Amino acid sequence: MDAIFIQILNGLDKGAAYALIALGLTLAFGTLGIVNFAHGALFMLGAFCAVSMQKLLTISNKVRDTSITFFEAYKEVPYLELWWGDFGTTIIEWSVPISILMAIPVMILVGIAMERGLIRHFYKRTHAEQILVTFGLAIVIQEVVKHFFGANPMPQEIPGFVSGSAPVGTFFGLSDALVYPWWRLIYFLFAASIIGGVFMFLQYTTYGMVVRAGMADRDTVGLLGINIQRRFTIVFALAAVVAGLAGVMYTPILPPDYHMGMEFLVLSFVVVVVGGMGSLPGAVAAGFLLGILESFSSMNEIKSLLPGIDQIIIYLIAVVIILVRPRGLMGRKGVMES
Amino acid sequence: MSESENIVLNVSGVNKTFGGLQALSDINLKIKEGETHAIIGPNGAGKSTMLNVCVGRLVPDSGSVMFGDVPLTGKTPYEINQVGVARVFQTPEIFPELTLLQNVIVPALAKRDGNFKFNAFKPLSAEKELIEEAEHVLEDLGLEDQRHDISASMSRGDKRRLELAMCLIQHPKLLLLDEPTAGMARHDTNRTIEILKRIKSRGMTKVIIEHDMHVVFSLADHISVLAQGAIIADGKPDDVRGNPKVQEAYLGGAHL
Amino acid sequence: MSIQSARKDLILMVVFIAAVLTMPIWLAPVGASYPDLLQKFAIFGIFAIGFNILFGLTGYLSFGHAAFLGVGSYAAVWSFKLLTMNVIPAIIFGTVLAGIFAVLIGFVSLRRSGIYFSILTLAFAQMSYNMAYSVLTPVTNGETGLQLEQSDPRIFDAAATGSGLPSTELFGMKMSGYPGFYFCAVLLILAFFVSLRIFRSPFGMKLAAIKSNQVRMSYTGFNTRPYLLVAFVISGMYAGLAGSLLAATDPLAGAERMQWTASGEVVLMTILGGLGTLIGPLLGAGLIKYFENIFSAYNEQVLHEIFSFLPQFMENFMVFIVNPFVGEGWHLTLGALFMIIVIFLPGGIMEGFAKIAAWFKKRGNKSDDDDAAAPAKAQTSEG
Repeated sequence: MDAIFIQILNGLDKGAAYALIALGLTLAFGTLGIVNFAHGALFMLGAFCAVSMQKLLTISNKVRDTSITFFEAYKEVPYLELWWGDFGTTIIEWSVPISILMAIPVMILVGIAMERGLIRHFYKRTHAEQILVTFGLAIVIQEVVKHFFGANPMPQEIPGFVSGSAPVGTFFGLSDALVYPWWRLIYFLFAASIIGGVFMFLQYTTYGMVVRAGMADRDTVGLLGINIQRRFTIVFALAAVVAGLAGVMYTPILPPDYHMGMEFLVLSFVVVVVGGMGSLPGAVAAGFLLGILESFSSMNEIKSLLPGIDQIIIYLIAVVIILVRPRGLMGRKGVMES
Repeated sequence: MSESENIVLNVSGVNKTFGGLQALSDINLKIKEGETHAIIGPNGAGKSTMLNVCVGRLVPDSGSVMFGDVPLTGKTPYEINQVGVARVFQTPEIFPELTLLQNVIVPALAKRDGNFKFNAFKPLSAEKELIEEAEHVLEDLGLEDQRHDISASMSRGDKRRLELAMCLIQHPKLLLLDEPTAGMARHDTNRTIEILKRIKSRGMTKVIIEHDMHVVFSLADHISVLAQGAIIADGKPDDVRGNPKVQEAYLGGAHL
Repeated sequence: MSIQSARKDLILMVVFIAAVLTMPIWLAPVGASYPDLLQKFAIFGIFAIGFNILFGLTGYLSFGHAAFLGVGSYAAVWSFKLLTMNVIPAIIFGTVLAGIFAVLIGFVSLRRSGIYFSILTLAFAQMSYNMAYSVLTPVTNGETGLQLEQSDPRIFDAAATGSGLPSTELFGMKMSGYPGFYFCAVLLILAFFVSLRIFRSPFGMKLAAIKSNQVRMSYTGFNTRPYLLVAFVISGMYAGLAGSLLAATDPLAGAERMQWTASGEVVLMTILGGLGTLIGPLLGAGLIKYFENIFSAYNEQVLHEIFSFLPQFMENFMVFIVNPFVGEGWHLTLGALFMIIVIFLPGGIMEGFAKIAAWFKKRGNKSDDDDAAAPAKAQTSEG
């Protein structure tokens, strides 16, 4: 029981990342009809917002190291600590959550620039061309990031008071030994609230209504005299923000490097296909489902039964789904079934 | 209807519903060999559904479609084509990237090679007979001057004629035409009527779905009138023209 | 694909053979005539020609063709380890095994079209890649990659054991350097010939028709799936051949050959040169491998030398601009190139040539004013 419970928990954070990326992919595909292979790069850009924020907060000055008295030694101390002491240290510790403030405007700008500059011109072109051009863009983005930040993963800090593990076992009346890192729990809750926010936005705002109508029938909405162009831009920016925030908060779990985006993208596409192309609840459900299944398949008991299954489980499920139920778990009938 | 004549297509008791909508209810049709059979009816009467059931695009809920003694229900489009049924679409389905000549050669290959044949080594240019036949068909439809043009650049009327050529080169036993003159200028329409008349003299059986009464009455030997998914009248053109039920179906809606 | 006279194709073939065999001569002025690079031109040329048979003719965009490249390499290295250092069995094994893989993957993937097909092939390739790194380590030697060892059985070469690792050979001729290039070149010519025959055949015409309009195709009486599967398997075998040649010229195989970046590279080669054209993919492969070679060798110092004719501040500025694109940044160039081609020249270099040719023809016609324009137009569009 405990083992199963912990595997479900383990699947949640990865599943949450898949769900968030898949959500953005589905928004872009459902409303704009765009197959965006650069969406993973947006996730990665978000992660590097956190990296930049950390770099920014730890800009340092050389000061005399007083602990060494034999000779004149200097050490680097961030200005924040010099100015504000312990408070400064705390701020630096909190760099990941703080970088959300930076990631939102940055991702909105990136999203708008991408849609206006490139994506817009590909609405009328074939899916193959959309795939190719966004694939090219993904390479460009990731190489630019590599140029500025290097190729090595960049570990990020977790704020002190959530750095330990949560005694989830006691929460649910299970074994006390059952613990789970706080941060992963936070990531899950964070993702859940973003997903909730996006759904509320779609459900209760006029913008959201247009977007949903657009997903159902793009041509008609265009005829209603609604400025589709501007709304498309906003939808795309929203998708970019969702991906970016997913990336920011994921940095303490997986130290970001420049090619993390593509790995997540490939998996997230698979998630979208499993959930059903164009279905938002499908994308979210499939994201969590596949995350959890992936975590189960990496249990030793299962690996000894089916060696290597943890490496391919997601792809295997996608293949089965596409063949057996091409519209995906929650896709509408007749949408992209061929 | 005398039983001595050969029945090419026999639709019996076909029903089809979409959601709760009864698109076709208990359709019975017998198409005789060599005849031009028109199916007319107001918008949404189920004409296109009818045709789609015949070519395997839709599977009826009940009933059967027999082509001679071959059942067509449940067969895929390519199997249905292989037994000798060709179809012209409402919006022309051609190969836009290919030249006219190539457009016509492909169906000729299908006729000759069956549904699959791996002939990757003999060049197409060596297939003299095939090319000649394709050029002949294009000439027949007055498209020979454009035969090396890419078909995407043709006018809509020409595309329809090309599609007709693609069907004719297969010498189908039954040709289904879905509004062959819709959206055509009058002189193009007349030209198409001429062509269809010429085919008729060769004894090819045709089913035509059409809005244009001028076309229907200049071509059809037999007319079936469809309204709200059911056949309300069936007979020779003159009988149908005078039928009060038909007039009601066509005009009734307008008076509401 | 088009109906062209056999004589023209014969000329094309003769010119092609001459061009390929004299590559070491005419590529010397641009510094690309050394054997390693020439081998790469030929090998990736084969890969791209094969990919073009699938993507160019049928329009099905596979994002997992690198899997077949990898399978071909592994099979060839195993042939070197177990049987003999002769390259003939190695390339036969590589090609056939890739073909078998292509039958399996193709059979499943071709049940869907469009982006589903792309994602399915991508999923299969990633699966192969992940498995090569994990469970299949006994076969693939995981991260280290599969290499020759002194202790390999090599049952047919047992007599000729010397010290050190043996090298690949073709009946005694070592497969490194120029002999290796000529071996690849002969296979490239063969591969091109087969591709030409397919393009000109009724079969190729049917594939082009599938790409053009699948609905009409099925109402025309074709069962499209077997056609697509055959095209998929042929292009998979081309990839397998290319993979085994990579191993034949340098006997090792690693899983990174199967990664999606490698799949993406062959897509780029094909569209850069000209999707669906005969020569285009080959041009694309050559250009990419050539510039990869040049650009990756550049560094900041070399750039300073190149721009040293400029005034100091201009020199620094140019180096600053160009530097991210060279050396380690070669992939940035590749990505940017990818975008530029798809945005501005979806037909690739061959379309560019056709446009230039058409422009000249138009200028010529203005002065000549003859009516040769119509057949000429038909011919350029067929090429």
